[in-house]
Amino acid sequence: MKSSTGLYSKTFLLILLMVTFGPLGNALLSKGMKHIGTVTIRTFPDLLHILHQVFISGVIWLGMLSLMMFFVSYMLVLSWADYSYVQPASAFAYGVVALWGHFLLHETVTPTRWLGVLIICVGVFVVGYTHPRTTGHK
Amino acid sequence: MLWEILLLLMIVIAGTGGELCISRTMKTVGEVRDFSPINLFRVIVRAMHVGWMWIGLLLSIVAFLALLGALSIENVSFVVPVTAISYAAGTLGGKIFLGERVSLQRWAGVALVCIGVTLVFLGRK
Repeated sequence: MKSSTGLYSKTFLLILLMVTFGPLGNALLSKGMKHIGTVTIRTFPDLLHILHQVFISGVIWLGMLSLMMFFVSYMLVLSWADYSYVQPASAFAYGVVALWGHFLLHETVTPTRWLGVLIICVGVFVVGYTHPRTTGHK
Repeated sequence: MLWEILLLLMIVIAGTGGELCISRTMKTVGEVRDFSPINLFRVIVRAMHVGWMWIGLLLSIVAFLALLGALSIENVSFVVPVTAISYAAGTLGGKIFLGERVSLQRWAGVALVCIGVTLVFLGRK
């Protein structure tokens, strides 16, 4: 019973980290890229210039660090929890990214977009509750 | 607008293609049962010997760069939900490319994702 509670606690904690760091990483990348400005690549030097600006942006590095935290949490939780349990939980990241966008980046999220995000979460949840393995592996 | 749609398509197609290639690689490598660091290192080395892994990594880099490009133009609350359409692309790719059997329930979930993405698209200011 005690180990079962521990398993639930660590799974919940890791999923919480995933749902926090994944969308936060995307929000920080967005902030960094908005600071750089609209990307238009016409020549090879243009591409090098943009890549240089990306590499010197602290916010983008924070975003990548946050996405790495997400990825490590994802790998760790998958080492003991079922993919079919973890994947539906990750659906909430779509809702969280809209929240980060609204509160951190002051983006205008229309009611239609909120409804779309909600339906996406439900859709991913439904996908997550199907059997995770359909090919002939033992 | 055209550039924006092109970037979103690149995120979905290159991202899904990359995941399918990595998934195919991991099916070749075999199921990982031992999660010790030394074994995980061996798994990575084995995966790096599979050609699909390199194609998968290249496509993932392309998808990441396209994501950066899209985020420079559009809001994150628009770009990330729209990329959920990759669930539909992934399901279709899994069926065609990996021979997965997709249940009616999974198709229903994918249909909901598509409806949601359409609403996010329509909900642009």
